[in-house]
Order: sequence, then C-alpha cells, then structure tokens
Amino acid sequence: MKFRTRAIHVGNEPDPATGAVVTPIHLATTFIQPGAGVWGQFDYARSGSPTRSAVERTVADLEGAAGALAFSSGMAATHCATMLHKSGDHILAGCDIYGGTFRLLHKICNRSGIEVSLAPADDAMQIQAAMKPNTKMVWIESIGNPRMTIPDIPAIAEIAHRGGALLGVDSTFAPPSILRPLELGADIVMHSATKYLGGHSDCLAGILATRDLELHKELYFVQNATGAVLGALESFLLQRGIKTLDLRMREQCKSALKIAQWLEHHPQVTRVLYPGLASHSNHARAKKFMGDQFGAMLSFEINGDFVRTKVVCQSTKLFGLAVSLGAVESLIAQPASMSHASYDAAAKAKYGITDSLIRISVGLEDPDDLIADLDQAIVLAGLA
Amino acid sequence: MENATIVDKHPNAQPTNMETRPELASHRAGLSTTSVHAGEARRKPSDAITDSICCSSTFTFESTQCIIDYIEQKQDREEYGRYGNPNEKVVERKLAVLDSAEEAIVYSSGMAAIVGLLMAKLSAGDEIVIFDQCYHRSREFCSKHLSRFGIVTHQVATGDFQAMDKAINSRTKLLISESPTNPHLSVIDLEQFVALGKSRKVETLIDATLATPYNIRPIEYGVDYVWHSATKYMGGHNDLLAGVICGSKEKLTEVRKLRGILGGINSPHNMYLLERGLKTFALRMARHNENGQRIAEFLERHSRVEKVYYPGLKSHPSHEIAKRTMKGFGGLITFLVRDADWKQTAAIIDACSIPKIAPSLGGVESLIEQPFVMSYFDYSTEDRKRFGIEDNMIRMACGIEDTEDLIADLKQALSV
Repeated sequence: MKFRTRAIHVGNEPDPATGAVVTPIHLATTFIQPGAGVWGQFDYARSGSPTRSAVERTVADLEGAAGALAFSSGMAATHCATMLHKSGDHILAGCDIYGGTFRLLHKICNRSGIEVSLAPADDAMQIQAAMKPNTKMVWIESIGNPRMTIPDIPAIAEIAHRGGALLGVDSTFAPPSILRPLELGADIVMHSATKYLGGHSDCLAGILATRDLELHKELYFVQNATGAVLGALESFLLQRGIKTLDLRMREQCKSALKIAQWLEHHPQVTRVLYPGLASHSNHARAKKFMGDQFGAMLSFEINGDFVRTKVVCQSTKLFGLAVSLGAVESLIAQPASMSHASYDAAAKAKYGITDSLIRISVGLEDPDDLIADLDQAIVLAGLA
Repeated sequence: MENATIVDKHPNAQPTNMETRPELASHRAGLSTTSVHAGEARRKPSDAITDSICCSSTFTFESTQCIIDYIEQKQDREEYGRYGNPNEKVVERKLAVLDSAEEAIVYSSGMAAIVGLLMAKLSAGDEIVIFDQCYHRSREFCSKHLSRFGIVTHQVATGDFQAMDKAINSRTKLLISESPTNPHLSVIDLEQFVALGKSRKVETLIDATLATPYNIRPIEYGVDYVWHSATKYMGGHNDLLAGVICGSKEKLTEVRKLRGILGGINSPHNMYLLERGLKTFALRMARHNENGQRIAEFLERHSRVEKVYYPGLKSHPSHEIAKRTMKGFGGLITFLVRDADWKQTAAIIDACSIPKIAPSLGGVESLIEQPFVMSYFDYSTEDRKRFGIEDNMIRMACGIEDTEDLIADLKQALSV
C-alpha cells in the first residue's frame, strides 16, 4: 500500500474491544496482569501503553523501520540516542544543526565524558576527515537548519559504518513522506514530531526509529530506564496529525517552492536558501533524494540591516513570529535575534547567520495570501 | 534597538484585544487560509499559537457590577458552560466564515442541531415540507416526534418543486431538503428552492453535510439555514460528534437561546478537535472530491456494477445542476451490484480490506456499508422500496487514502 494509505491505517486497526475506528486514548498508568509473575502485553505505562504503541507502529511503518519509540519531545529522543554511548566515545555531528542539539552535545554529553566535534555534513569528505578511532555515532540533519544544506546520507552512512559508528539522522525538516533516511543507510532516524508529524503546533513529541531490531531494543531499554515517554493524549494527537501528513507536506512543499521562486525575483531579496531552487548549492542532491518535494522551510536574506530585518519579521499578519515550524500555521523568525541570538559575531559569520537572514516555515495557507503578506511586510520595513 | 514603527506583536502583558482577524472575516482570503486562521483571535492568551482547551463549566465575575454589565449586554463574555464557552465560540466563528454566514451555532451532534432549530422555529399548528430523500433520522424526528407537538410534516418527492409548492399553505413555516441527498446523491436546484421559499414567504433549510462549504455555500443562494453534521467532513477524523446550524444573526438569536435551555451543547475537548480538524478542511476536501470522482468512474466501468450514484458522473440525473453549482462532489458514492442479492452484496463489503465497515462518512478513513443492513434492516420491503434502498446497494464513503489503493482494493473485492 502507498504511503498515505498506510499513514491512515497502520497502527490504527479497529479497536478489538469496541470496534472503534480510531485508536482509543488509554490514560491508564498500570494494567491488570494475568497472574503473579505472568506479564500481559502492557504492564506499566512507562514501559508501553496501547495509544503510544499504536502511533509507534504507524511511524515505524512509514519510516521503513524495525521499530519506533515515541518520546515526550524531540530533545528527549535525541538524548536517548546519545545515551547509547559512554565515557570516552566520540560523537561527530554536522555543523548545520539545531541549537538544542548543539547544546545537548556540548553541555550535557560532555559531562559523561563523551567527546564531541562538528564537521560540515554537506561535505562527506570533511566528515571522513573528522572521524576518529573512538567515533561511535555520526549525527546529521537531513535538511540543515537554517541554511537548508543537504547531506549525502548514503556516503556518510558508508563512512560511519566503515569507522564502526552508527549514523543518526535528525529528519525533522524532511518527514518520511518526502525522505526516509533508513532506506538511504542511516541506522537511526530522529524526529521532533512536534513539527510536521504532529503538524498542528499542539503536541510536543519525539521519535527514534531504527532499521535494526537489536538497536531498537537497546534504545527501548534506555527509554524505559530513563522514562521520557510520550503521553497518551499526545500520542493520539500525533497519530491524528500523521493521517494528513502526506497531504499537508505536498501542499506545503508546493507553496514553499512558489514562495522561494517569488522571493528569488524580489528586488529587495539578496539570497534565497531553499533546496528546491536550482541556485541552491545542494539542489541536485536534494532532487536525487527527495524527488519534487523539498520541504517547507526556507531562509532568505533581505537588502536591509538588523533592524529592518526585524521589522519585516514583526510586520507579517499571517506568519506568526515564533520559533518552531512544520505546522499548518506559517511562522517567521529572525535567526540572528531569536534561535541563534547566543552566537557571537564570529560564530554567526562562520555559520552564515547574518543579520538580514529570515527563516520561514510555510504552512497550509493559500500561497498567494502568504506572498502578499511577505510583500506588505517588506514594504512596511521601507524596503520597496 | 527598538524602532518606534515596529508593530509590537509580542508584548509581555497578556493580550486584551481578542479581535479575530478582520482580513479573514469573509472569503477574501483563500479557502485554505480561511480554514487555518478564520475565527481565531489574532493574539491568544499566553501568546500561544493554538487555542487552549477551556474546560471550565462556569465563569467567574469580578464583581456584582460585572454581572450587571453582562446582563445589560455591555460586555460580551462567558457565563455558564451551557450557554457557550470560548472553544465553541472560535469554532462557531470559523464555521460561519467558511459557510459565508453571519452566525453559526454548534451542537453536540448533527441531530441535536436540527432538533434544536426545529424546536426553536416551530409551534403547534405549524407545518413543514420536506423532500423525501432527507436523512432517515431527520424524517423520523419530523414524522414521529414533531407530530406529538402538533406540527404537521408533508413529505414530497425530492426535487419535485411543484409538489412542494402544492404542499405549502398558510401554516407552512419551513421547507427542508438535503443536498446532495444520502444515499442517492440527488442535488437540489438551490435557485428554485430559494425562489419557491421567497415567493411563498416560507423559510428554507438545507442539510449540506455531504456538500460542505468547500463545494457549495447555500447561504450565498439565499437559503435561510444551513445544517451540517460536523461529525463528517468538518471534523474529518472520525473522532468527534458535532452539529452546526448557520444563518443570519437575526434568525438565529432565538435558536441560540433555546439551546441554552435545552442544553444540547458540545464539549470544549470536542470543539478543540473540531477546530484542529478544520485546519486541514480545504486540503482534505480536495482529496475527498478527487477520490470520489475517480472511484465513481472506476465503478461505472466495472462489469459487476449495475449502477453508480455520483453527481460527478454524466449518468447521474443531477449531473448538470451539480456541475453548475458545485466545486466538487464529495467522497460519498452509492452503487448497485449487478445480479446480486443482499448476501452476495455483503460478501463484497466483507472482502474489502481498506474501507472499514461502519456507518458515518467524511473522515480520513474510508468506510463502507450496505444501507439495507446498516440503516434499513428493520424496515419492511415495501418501505425500503419506497425509500429506494435496494438489497444490492453499497455505500462507500471515500477517505483520503491514495486513490490507487482504494481502487485496487475494490477491484479485488468485486472479484470475490
């Protein structure tokens, strides 16, 4: 069956107890056991619960995984993956990564004696050069944030595996309807399911899915032991959101491309970073891995200073000024003053976080309405 | 750093201005933009992007004067949950904009909505005229229950405006139709329907559950009341029950008051799910329409299919009127299996693996059923014949799955 059909039906089998067409929300924290020392399918909700298990099956199927685990947030999922490793191990991560992952690696993992270094993920040669004998995990994003770089996942998987390391891919910007990292050789795919999978800005959730059942069991052991599991209400909302994932992504990718093309021709826009544009440095690779859907995140630079850029971001009517992404509501942000405000001038220059950079998450609104909204904001900032 | 011209979207204080987006007060924006944003406050408490679920059953007043201000309608606010709550208000505004209506009132189910409207509008001695293909439970309520209160119901053949005209007299208060109807998918000529109502000074009501405002907005034709079972396409995920009546503020004032007395209100949790479901409304409807059309075409070509009822097909008696007035024709298809008795027909349904066997329609999951078994099993053969319910009839409610998967599944089921 095709992706969209599976997104609706796998993990959503009619409830055997009632015939309900939608997975019931099981709030029970504990379950009656068949006998002392005899365990039923579910025992205690941290170890597993029917609603969470349902959405985990849905996601595992969509990612082509042996198993998937649902966490209370994306960071909880990433943290679980890092807890596979021990003191003395080395984690090699891409440069173009989410700030929260950067913080976890440099300020939390280092406490347990895990060594961390970064290399540009869109250049497999540099990943190869940064590998160390003790590298146990390579961690990259399938679409980098905020510069939208696209790594060569198969090449990096080969490098990681040759060095005895796992490849983990944070594919939050590219949900399984457009890219499936496990099929390209990754061992673990991680999602902040808060974004496209949930899709409605109303539940925090994280996912780890693996190709290998043994690795899944190892991660499950860590999850069960540390406890950052997804609640039943969120599991329900996540599964509900996934039913329209394919439809939403198709529409949002189409709108993002249209907006990117419009921005590229705007006299006040100096640069557009969107993998769907021929001008993007990783366009060919993006096409190879994602076909004709390039995600719905894009960044652009305007012909203005820090303040004017800020005015653009604050003047939109449909785009909400907020961090996060991936939902039906479009969002706008200025990385220099928001997500990357803590970077010093040198770090900003190094990672391409310029004062005039604007990042948008294209939602489900009509693209013509979104274009009109950006246009009026640019005019309002005195840039027309 | 702050520039005086900057529009301050993020004050530290709680927003006090809960005005909805004025640019989305009508259909000037695209339908998907409307689905996502219309009816919602531009700034929400805590500056949250989504509405919070407000479960409070009652609402506090700061002082006695505040109660007096509320009673004197100086302040628009909540009082007690049965009279409304914040989650319901958002959804009602969104539904009203989608349907080009001034006002929408939400109920705990589709049936609660129609009952709420009829109880508010009709008194002993009044009469109504209803087309005979309306939802069987609405007809049942009119004939069995309204009659107990001295209200007379006349049923006339669907689309027969002459018969409807004849049935109208000085006591007639309301003309009722569904469009498209269920399960025969007859589409009503709204221009004629409204013209008849206006010329005879009788109000009109359309059950547009199967059409949805994506495909037609009866208010724009001058229909007085539009009714939806929002459980279907509006909610869209088979996980909530809701009903809605749309119309003008003036006509709905008494209806809302009666709901406050009768209490058929919905819940804040459901209202949140409905609001969330509506965000993908335009997207889902485009897909339901496409699945409906392509599967109807597939079925019409299939040798085991005797007849297909779908307004998007040239063979349907309502095709011309549907094509002229509707953007698409929805996800519901009814068809007859050639030379099959009810058990052979049931075997096809049982052989399907994607559509689940269940009543209802309009959700992302496809559903399939045999009207004879599901809704008319207790009826006499004569009555079934009268309502056009054949033994070999199958009703399929197409979800939003991939069309190819649904066709492949039907193909294998039809070969059983």
